[in-house]
Amino acid sequence: MDSHFPDPGRALALYRTMARIRAFENAAEIASQGGVSAYGQQATGSVRVRGPLHLSTGQEAVPAGVCVHLKPADYLTSTHRGHGHTLAKGADLRRMMAELFGKATGFNGGKGGSMHIADFSVGMLGANGVVAAGLPIAVGAAHAQKLQKKDAITVCFFGDGAINRGPFLESLNWAQVYGLPVLFVCEDNRWSATTASGPMTAGDGASARAEALGIAATQVDGNDVFAVHAAAARLVDTVRSGSGPRLLHALTYRVKGHVSVDPAAYRDPAELAAALDTDPIARARAACLRAGIAAAALDGTDADAHAEVEAALVAAAEAPWPDAAAAFTDVQTTGAGQWH
Amino acid sequence: MALTTAPVDMSYAEAAALAVQREMEADPKVVVIGEDVGRGGIFGQYKGLQQRFGDQRVIDTPISEAAIMGAGVGMALAGLRPVVEMRVVDFALCGMDELVNQAAKNRFMFGGQGRVPLVARMPGGIWDASAAQHSQSLEAWFAHMPGLVVVCPSTPQDNHALLRAAMQCGDPVVYIEHKALWGLREPVDETVTIPLGQAARLREGTALTLVSWGKQVHACAEACAALADQGIAIDLIDLRTLWPWDRETVLESCGRTQRLLVVHEAVQAAGFGAEIAATAAEATGCRIARLGAPRIPVGYAAVLEAQSRVGAEAISAAARRLVD
Ligand SMILES: Cc1ncc(C[n+]2csc(CCOP(=O)(O)OP(=O)(O)O)c2C)c(N)n1
Repeated sequence: MDSHFPDPGRALALYRTMARIRAFENAAEIASQGGVSAYGQQATGSVRVRGPLHLSTGQEAVPAGVCVHLKPADYLTSTHRGHGHTLAKGADLRRMMAELFGKATGFNGGKGGSMHIADFSVGMLGANGVVAAGLPIAVGAAHAQKLQKKDAITVCFFGDGAINRGPFLESLNWAQVYGLPVLFVCEDNRWSATTASGPMTAGDGASARAEALGIAATQVDGNDVFAVHAAAARLVDTVRSGSGPRLLHALTYRVKGHVSVDPAAYRDPAELAAALDTDPIARARAACLRAGIAAAALDGTDADAHAEVEAALVAAAEAPWPDAAAAFTDVQTTGAGQWH
Repeated sequence: MALTTAPVDMSYAEAAALAVQREMEADPKVVVIGEDVGRGGIFGQYKGLQQRFGDQRVIDTPISEAAIMGAGVGMALAGLRPVVEMRVVDFALCGMDELVNQAAKNRFMFGGQGRVPLVARMPGGIWDASAAQHSQSLEAWFAHMPGLVVVCPSTPQDNHALLRAAMQCGDPVVYIEHKALWGLREPVDETVTIPLGQAARLREGTALTLVSWGKQVHACAEACAALADQGIAIDLIDLRTLWPWDRETVLESCGRTQRLLVVHEAVQAAGFGAEIAATAAEATGCRIARLGAPRIPVGYAAVLEAQSRVGAEAISAAARRLVD
């Protein structure tokens, strides 16, 4: 397993990304339940994360291992479960927390919330409330990059449930037909809302479907961040070199319920217990220690992540609400000549 | 199975599940298809049905709205009576060709050879803090489409009776339950039947005709109670079915009151209120006002979301303006 281990600086960077995602989502989950911050110090009163909150706990290795290879000019599309993707692409953690709270200082000024996170300043073109809707958008972005002869690629995250919607097939076909610079990343966490994906999916899943269209696919242990990192390095290079689309099929697990309020009572507890044994952060930590990285460095990374998230929570709680009038802005532009 | 005769207290969701259960008991051709229906649906509106009828009649599907809707059309043409679950109206848009170009057109296009008796359930309306892709009210889109029946029940009793009527209808029915009503409880009498296309008069009055449907009916009722205290007696009509809509009841009322206010949660511009308003104006020449949401996507933050809500106060104010 340690054959994938990168240099220590990179290893620590990957660990840090995962730690930040985990800390962010733990805090958001608590803030969605009671309006109290992650560590119980800062009461946020009536201010809390409202609405559906989809957590990617246990899946952090996939965005961390993939997005570390991306540049700001590269694009990313995401799903309803997109906090990790967004952070890994380099988006500002504080502004994301503010968006979850619906505050004016959030990425979207409180208009989008958790399901519609986006940070165009780092190429993150949006989470999506509609399953599989990010795939054709990614293909379009990649097509634009190709037409504009940009030295940039698009990465598209989607779930194992999404591969059963038509836009998955249509997007892969399009990307292959036009030889587009897009890396499709299936985060296969085995569940689609309250239904197991396996019994609802014919054949061998995302990889097999990609290969049927002539798109080379790579399967990887999505809970091993160093394995994801190594596989993604090759794939990103290949896509960047103009060889057309590729697909990365990352096998992981959805540790929490579908949304934060879902206790996932429909799931076999043994399945969860087995998955917890392969927690990507614990595994990365163990691998780092084996490679000689000091425990203090890892602990310090954890502490930094917690402190950063705590500060973001406080800032989000204190930030102003959007003006009601903002509900009427950015709806659309009418008339000619107002958009170039 | 003994039929319950005494009304039983139940929620809007339970009333719907019971309606499906009764129709499934009565007709082995009835099947349910959709995501997570085996676990009772995400709102409990199919609760217990797979345990009762098995997975060959309450069929869990992949996330495949186009295929769910299209398969529903095929099943219907082949003699089944599918209930097609879309989860929320926003996702029904992923099965739009299948609904609009296939289900709605089949009977006409093929000279009456085929019938598509499917019920497409697509919960609508604002769902707290669920933002722009999970909170839309799109009933006007479907009412615009020849070939589709459109139903928007506002109470548990109506949801039970209208869902049964929809499932007995021989043509495609778009059935829009409101996500904020699932928990609403009242006694439901299973023996009550309500034909599609028949409105309900909830209050009698002479000052104004107020027409609404779905969850907005409850805000209208609240406004009417407040206005009654001020001596303004309103004729409140719950349309219940948008297509075919109960012109007789509405026009009779408008003729008497000479004032019509139509209220809906959907965006006001090009909403179904415009259809009712124009029809009433043509037929009765009455004074008219419409009240719906501004033409904006539903925002996430509470303060933004509130801009899309039409509350009792706004309804009262609009009613007073019409009466003055
Ligand atoms: C078109 C559409 N259908 C249904 C839903 C409801 N829904 C939201 S997430 C989800 C499960 C998605 O599963 P998967 O793609 O595997 O992603 P995961 O949630 O496991 O990350 C479903 C069915 C939706 N948002 N969009």
